[in-house]
Amino acid sequence: MRNPVFAAIAIGVGIVVLLGYFLQIDLLVNLRVVLLEWATILVAVALLVGIINLFIVHFRKSAADQQNRLNSIFLLVSMTITLLVAGWFGPTHPYSLWIFNYIQIPIEASLMAILTVVLIYAGVRLLRRKPNLLTIVFIATAVIILLMSGPLFGIDIPGLSELRIWIGKVPAVAGARGILLGVSLGIVAAGLRILMGADRPYGGS
Amino acid sequence: MNGLNILGLIYVLIFFGLILGTSIFLRTREGRRLRDIPAFDRLGRAIGLAVEAGSRLHISLGRGHMLSTQSAVGFVGLSILGRIARSTSISDRPPVSTSGEGSLGILSQDTQRDAAKYLGVESDPTRGRITGLTPYSYAAGTLSFIQEEDIGANLLIGSFGNEVALITDAAERTDGMTLGGTDNLTGQAVMFATAQEPLIGEETYAGGAYLDAGPMHVASLYAQDILRWIIIGLILIGAILKLLGVL
Repeated sequence: MRNPVFAAIAIGVGIVVLLGYFLQIDLLVNLRVVLLEWATILVAVALLVGIINLFIVHFRKSAADQQNRLNSIFLLVSMTITLLVAGWFGPTHPYSLWIFNYIQIPIEASLMAILTVVLIYAGVRLLRRKPNLLTIVFIATAVIILLMSGPLFGIDIPGLSELRIWIGKVPAVAGARGILLGVSLGIVAAGLRILMGADRPYGGS
Repeated sequence: MNGLNILGLIYVLIFFGLILGTSIFLRTREGRRLRDIPAFDRLGRAIGLAVEAGSRLHISLGRGHMLSTQSAVGFVGLSILGRIARSTSISDRPPVSTSGEGSLGILSQDTQRDAAKYLGVESDPTRGRITGLTPYSYAAGTLSFIQEEDIGANLLIGSFGNEVALITDAAERTDGMTLGGTDNLTGQAVMFATAQEPLIGEETYAGGAYLDAGPMHVASLYAQDILRWIIIGLILIGAILKLLGVL
């Protein structure tokens, strides 16, 4: 059986924060602000724990005789250098910014470039995997929006620009709103399950 | 007091009442009928196959921040992780999870530890891994993880943006089944194109009900469906009134 103390704390804090959001009673609002500040601090600590976890996992991998251990060693060295530079000089020092601007941003930009190729390939694969009307509409819409989002060597295809605007304003917005309504219902349901103690992601057996 | 706030509180209370009412109603009825979501049928088969083949299940929890609305989909992912960790008890290769946010990583380790305790086996904290803390570093860490481990099926339930395509592409190359659901609109469009079994909108939040995570999951799914029909009705009434010039 799970520890009822953890559940009681989670449910109590959840109810106070929820009521503090809806009811503008000073005591509740102040309590909500304090609890959210504590939560922010805890999330920041969790980030540190996350970095330590990442380090430990890759340290173990590099110590064990595993394939791709070179990747782990590379990650550990990069992480240590970055932590030392940013920790010693501060995050806004030119050395720290150099690492950010000339290593991290180019790597992430390269991954974005790969993403473009992956998405084109995925579009082709989608047509092969699910050759139905929905897929054709999806691909056709993506192609029309792409065609009209960039310059087309000065060529103006009549009606295509209006079609893009119509797609953007009518079916795309309607579909997005429908999906978002479903998502918001899901979010409230997930939150209420936690407030009721039916879902306990905080563990504590 | 703001009228909108009161309306919001009433909405939450109605939702709460509906979940409670539905759970009481369902207790008195035998056999719960849920509408078919093919992705979850296939997931059930994939779990069975992974256990038989001795391959791992990978649950990717995304990088949803715990202090935002993204946390809800992360919690759904954790429920599914807990359920799968318990249901694959006979497998000699327990499921692994990856996340791109510190607190989600800690919670995933806690969920795995709970499941191990429930099954009476030893828990390994490295089964709940944090593979990166920015969107692309998370994707890069996760895709290399998928390539290194013998993954039978990948479940991507969490907050993802367009970087999820890199993860689903890696999963596709290992011939494992990929099921994906997210709260992010861009992520959903990308998953529709790249995942074998994409979950759209509220389907992502229904995972617990379909994997028997508890009666409250089923009750909340019914409550969601009832409220959705009410919202559809209100939208239609609003549109008709607008057409008639009343609004």
